[in-house]
Parts: sequence; C-alpha cells; structure tokens
Amino acid sequence: MFRRLPDVDDATIEVTIDGRAERVRAGDTVTAALFSVGIESHRTADVSGTPRTPYCMMGVCFECLVVIDGVGNRQGCLVPVSPGMRIETQRGKREVGR
Amino acid sequence: MRDLRDTYDVAVVGAGPAGLAAAANCARAGLMTVLFDEQASLGGQIYRAITATPVKRDTIFGADYWSGAKLVRDFLASGAQYVPSATVWSLTREREIGVSVAGLARIVRAEQVILATGALERPFPAPGWTLPGVMTVGAAQILLKSSGLVPRGRTVLAGCGPLLWLLAWQYLNAGLCIDAILDTTPRLSRAMAIRHAPDFVLSPYLAKGLRLLLTVRRRVRVIGNVVELRIEGRTHVESVVYRTTAGTEQRLPVDTVFLHQGIVPNVNLAMAVGIEHHWDEMQLCWTPVLDAAGNSGIPGIAVAGDGAGIAGAEAAQARGEIAGLAAVKTLRPGALGRVGPDETTVRARLKRVMRGRAFLDAYYQPMSQFRRPIGNTIVCRCEEVTARQIIDTVALGCDGPNQMKAFLRCGMGACQGRLCGLTVTELIAHARGVAPQATGYYRIRPPVKPITVAELAQLPKNESALRSVARS
Repeated sequence: MFRRLPDVDDATIEVTIDGRAERVRAGDTVTAALFSVGIESHRTADVSGTPRTPYCMMGVCFECLVVIDGVGNRQGCLVPVSPGMRIETQRGKREVGR
Repeated sequence: MRDLRDTYDVAVVGAGPAGLAAAANCARAGLMTVLFDEQASLGGQIYRAITATPVKRDTIFGADYWSGAKLVRDFLASGAQYVPSATVWSLTREREIGVSVAGLARIVRAEQVILATGALERPFPAPGWTLPGVMTVGAAQILLKSSGLVPRGRTVLAGCGPLLWLLAWQYLNAGLCIDAILDTTPRLSRAMAIRHAPDFVLSPYLAKGLRLLLTVRRRVRVIGNVVELRIEGRTHVESVVYRTTAGTEQRLPVDTVFLHQGIVPNVNLAMAVGIEHHWDEMQLCWTPVLDAAGNSGIPGIAVAGDGAGIAGAEAAQARGEIAGLAAVKTLRPGALGRVGPDETTVRARLKRVMRGRAFLDAYYQPMSQFRRPIGNTIVCRCEEVTARQIIDTVALGCDGPNQMKAFLRCGMGACQGRLCGLTVTELIAHARGVAPQATGYYRIRPPVKPITVAELAQLPKNESALRSVARS
C-alpha cells in the first residue's frame, strides 16, 4: 500500500512484528513501520472482526491499536519504534492480561 | 517525567502553532511554563515533523510548511519546558492536569492553562469508509511528512477543502501520480460564497490558493460536482463509485482512497473540563465560548488556535500569542515588555490573516449527504453503529446523543466519539427537525485518552490520600 520516497533518510533498527524479525526505519512510528513492511490492516474491529486500516494517523481514530511489548490497545501512530520492540497486530478488543 | 514539577505558572497543551506561540510568550516573561504534546516531535499537524522529517528534498512541502521553523526555534529558545509523547488525559476546573509519559502518570497543577489541542478532520461517513485502503487526506500527509511514505498503486482523493488540494500538490511535487480527484465542493455553496468574495480578494491566501489549484487541475483528472460517493471492496477497497450532478453512476478501480471534508476543532479536553461550547452554523461544528483573549468561562483556562474555531495556522499562531500575552498580563504584568509583539500588533496581524475565512467556510461547506449518511453506512466506527440504527432509534423517542449511547453504544468505543460525534448530532437533529445546538453533544468525561489502571494506581500520593484509605 505504501512505499518510501527514494531520497529519504533510512537508517534502520530491528524490531519483531507478529514474531518475525523486521528492519524498520528508525524514527518511524509503529504504524508507519507496519505500513513500510507491507502490513496494511493493524487490527480487527471490536464487534464484527473485520480488518481495519489506521485512518487518521494523528491519534484520534484508534484504528491503529496494536500490542506493543505485551501491552494491548496502544496507539501505534503515537509511539516511535525502538530497537528490539515487540509489535503484534491486534485482534478485536484488548485481551485480559495484556 | 522525573524533571516534571508539581506546579507551574502556565501549562500549555499542544505543540502546534498556537501552543508554541503561547508557551514561548509565557516563558519569555519568566513564567515557569510547561508544554505537553502528544506527538514525539514539535509542530502539531500543520508543521508536523518539521524538526524530524526524513524527507530531504525541501521543495515537496512548500514554503508555508517551512515557515513554521522560526516558530519552533523561538519556542526552543524561550526557556519553556517541552514534554513530548505526553498524553493529557484529564483536566479539572482547579487546573489539575492528568498527564502520562511512557506509561507513568502524574498530576500537575498550573495557575493558567492554555488548551491548544488543534483540529481533527471532519468525519466522512461514506459507505465503505471503514475498508482497509481508505484513510484521510490528513493521514496521507502525515505519512509523507513524518516518514516519507507515499501510496503505491492507483490513488484517488475524494472530498473538498484546502487540505485536499494541498496534499495533491505535494504529491505532484514528490513525483507521484494521482489517478483522480473526486471533488464534492457543492455548487450551491460556491454561489453563497460569492457574498464573501470581496473580502477574500484581499486575503493573503488567494494568490497562493489559486496557483496551487491551477497546478493540480492541469496535471490531475478532476471530476467535479460529485454528489454521491461510495467505496466498495470485499476485504480491501477495490473501487470507488460516484455520481455527478450531470451524469450516471461511474466506477473507478482503485487501490487507495484518501477522504477529506474539512477540519473541525478537537474539543474533547475542553469539553471534559466543562467549557461551554456552541454549534457554529457556518463551520458545522462545536466551538468553545471564549472572550477575545481566548479565556473560557472557567477561571484560568483558555483555548487558542484551531481548537477555538477553525482559522488556519497563521491565525492559530496569533491567537496563541494573544492567549500567552493574556496569561502574562494576569500573572506578571510587569514582564509584558519583554515578551514579543504587543497585543495591538498581533491583533492587526490576526485581522489580516482572518480575511477571506468566511469565504473559505462558505465555499467548502460539505454537502449534507456526506455529513448525514443513510442506510447501512457505519457512523460509529468503534462500535459499528449504522445510520439506519440511529435514525430508527430517534423514532423510538431517543432524542439526544447521550441517550443514543445507552441505546446503541455509539460513541462509547475507543475513540470516545471523535469520529462519530458530529455525525450523530447532525443525524439526530435532522431526524427530529431541531437545531444541532438544541440536540447537543456527547457528555465528554475524563479520562479523555485511555490510560491503564496501573498508571492511575502509580500516581504519586500525598499524606491525606494515603490516610483516606488506611485501615485504623
């Protein structure tokens, strides 16, 4: 869905996304990082379970909710990636205990 | 977070043009000033990532974007404390601010609070707007500015408003191809807007705006007078279907759709503390009731920038300066001389940049069918409540947004009504034949952003708090 412009600073760091090691651009948010590796739907809807895409990228729509380092319902568009971060796409509501 | 004091003279929420200008004025007067911002870097949305963008080519965003650099420099030199990645989740009438940074919560008190929470994009509840591959124009611009990410494949922009044309222009500057722009600017409002045209002719925006529009129109297929729009696809957007006033239904195969129909004040924090809001009949949104300096009815709490009513970046900066000056006048009047441009100068500038705003408001006022959906179109994205459910529930006697929550859970999901509130107010108002002002809005309560119970539990406690729960 998204590609990087050719002349963009792209020093990378390693994170895991749904258990897979991935290199992403240092300085990206979690949401941007997921887009950059080709993941378009970052959560499924609470009620119907249909896939959703982050909608606003500025912290108001909550369609970017993911699990970051074991904590669910984090707004991926507000959190910068950091080395070793564990990112998981989220299915429906936040699960008890994470 | 460890550097955070318990009390400040002034606390500002939001690091866009209004917040930066307000905080800088206060700090320059020697007031102990803190600026909380939810994003990781300064600039708000209009100057998003201005200190951090990885895009090296400086011709993509345009001169207006880079003009924010001076504002950021002045703020950084002012001595105000800047706290990025800070989520403000509560504000009381006593000016206690609940804020979290990296999972740690604190309560901070300030003599003066200036809310500069800016704007968000008006919801665009078209059929299919929840499909993957559909985002807002603002979201597209944020990905471009802060990450240099651009859509691949067939791309369509749909809707109306200056930001849509700006993104199209920036995409062209970046060498992208836009397959089509579906322009929903209504003919009727164009005629109404003529009334305000003489003022707009004097606006500093006119020449810039026209140049930008012409460039985009020359290079992109623009389909005007769109009166119907829906997005189709099974698990992902596959096509956008539209009809113009002139024609029959048309279908465009597409990979990505960016929607936009203007911006509206981000009111959640201001409403949560109890600032009175009224319905703006021209901008079709809620705006806080304020005096000329931005003070609300609650002592010591002001609102500045687009959060006080949409007026654009330059006006936001001016209103931020004025709110800052007002705080200085209250807390340290003797320091007014070393703050920056005085109120008379700033007001003259504000008047100049506000010229033509009425024209833009009238010209780009979105059409009712794009604000008040029908049928199975989802209104509340979080709880997946449709337009038909809301209209049917009004018929049962449910006559306001808060009652609607109890019936349908709309507005009770994670976004706390930010993406459905205006639609729900307008749908109920229309179905009942009453004004939005009389229909009202969701009662917004803290926490206005989600925080964990653990964060709350870890709040530093004073002696009396501990005593109040101690067993004797």
